[in-house]
Amino acid sequence: MSKSKHLLSSSLGKKLIMSLTGLFLCTFLIVHLIGNLQLFYHDQGKAFNDYAYFMTHFTPIKAVSYLLYASIIIHAIYALILTIHNRKSRPVRYAMTNGAANSAWNSRNMGILGTVLLVFIVTHMSNFWWKYHNDDVPYIEYRTDLSTQETTATELTADGFSEYTKYTDNGVEITKARDLYRQVQFAFKNWGLVALYVISMAALSFHLIHGFKSAFQTLGFDHKRYAPLIRFVGIWFFGIAIPIGFAAMPIYFYFFS
Amino acid sequence: MSGNMNLTLKVWRQKNDKTRGKFITYQANGISPDMSFLEMLDVVNEGLVRKGEDPIHFDHDCREGICGMCSLHINGRPHGPKQGTTTCQLHMRSFHDGQTIVIEPWRAAAFPVIKDLAVDRTAFDRIQQAGGYVNVNTGGVPDANGIPIPKVVADEAFESATCIGCGACVAACKNASAMLFVSAKISQYALLPQGQTERYSRAQAMVAQMDTEGFGSCTNTGACEAECPVGIKLTNIARMNREYLTAKLFKEEEAH
Repeated sequence: MSKSKHLLSSSLGKKLIMSLTGLFLCTFLIVHLIGNLQLFYHDQGKAFNDYAYFMTHFTPIKAVSYLLYASIIIHAIYALILTIHNRKSRPVRYAMTNGAANSAWNSRNMGILGTVLLVFIVTHMSNFWWKYHNDDVPYIEYRTDLSTQETTATELTADGFSEYTKYTDNGVEITKARDLYRQVQFAFKNWGLVALYVISMAALSFHLIHGFKSAFQTLGFDHKRYAPLIRFVGIWFFGIAIPIGFAAMPIYFYFFS
Repeated sequence: MSGNMNLTLKVWRQKNDKTRGKFITYQANGISPDMSFLEMLDVVNEGLVRKGEDPIHFDHDCREGICGMCSLHINGRPHGPKQGTTTCQLHMRSFHDGQTIVIEPWRAAAFPVIKDLAVDRTAFDRIQQAGGYVNVNTGGVPDANGIPIPKVVADEAFESATCIGCGACVAACKNASAMLFVSAKISQYALLPQGQTERYSRAQAMVAQMDTEGFGSCTNTGACEAECPVGIKLTNIARMNREYLTAKLFKEEEAH
């Protein structure tokens, strides 16, 4: 039997990369959704702004975030490499094909769905991540009376803010933070952006309904008892619950905030 | 005869793999609904021969769904509109009078057109030769039931072994991937004790040959499983992935 190629240059090796990066991105979605649910607190954005500071300044989280950026890029690049290779595998196309007769629409269009998601990620990061990291968001000061737990918020000017601070003065907890919450409120008043977010979450839904179970298939995981569980989680949790959770945020801010 | 059908065929005609092909329209008149699809083409070819024209070339052999020679992409689906049949098992009653039928060869870089609807599927043979076998020691004939194999395992291996190598999986796959075929061939040995000796080198060698032949990668659409005339399951692909990744990551020293 002939000597075979290096793992990552083989078709199955490339699929392994897609699978592992994809599953890592799925786990990120859980954390991202749970964290961002703090947008729904009626606390003038205090919890959310504290959380945003924590996520951008806690070293282990920062390390994982670089892994995350790398995963997005690798997932997209390998998708492109595989798509080009797959296209070359059929140089003459069929005059007539009936894909609907043998497969689901989303499974055949993961590339289109993924492209929508990539455009979304770039827009999303330039709206929030880039602005937050480049001091392009407003500032806010929270004063929480520790005896009554009442919080008042006042906007700060750029002069009144140097960095995130939290201290207690005379029974009042004072927090100065970058107001990413305000930026979220502001961004989601733009109906075009809200529409992009909702459409992208629909794309995410279709992408994950196929992608989650497909990742396990690629890893070789197949089991009479547990594979149906994975299909269930892929459809109902990653395919439906998570995209609805994310889509609820722009809708909530557009209509109710 | 009453009940016979008149059909319009759009058939891919191509001289050889060096020339460009095109669709030619033929009339197939007086076709009995009880004919198989290949018999219908025989009738059309007899007409062409009588007119002194070149008959339509297509692959066929046993005409009872065993050999895997017949192919044909019929109205956008390998082996036509029925599930679980080969083209030779497809009857003309699956079509209606006056229907237009588009007939194309399997389309894949690894399956070059030989002529018209016949494609070269020797890529499958080369994959099989790369590792789809077991070594057998010479000597006395072993006792038939000398090696105990659980019935469920034997059945599963047999199900994988029913693959007739027709290539419908490649034809149906949007990526022209051969993974259902290769995984069935890997599975039938990986499941059985007789296949253990070459288990990990087999997975590596057959996958490497599959890549060399220029087949695409799997995107788990399941089109292959849906179109397979003998019902080879996607489970096989998961097993191939498992065998290959295990071989590459943990059993490299056992490959030879």
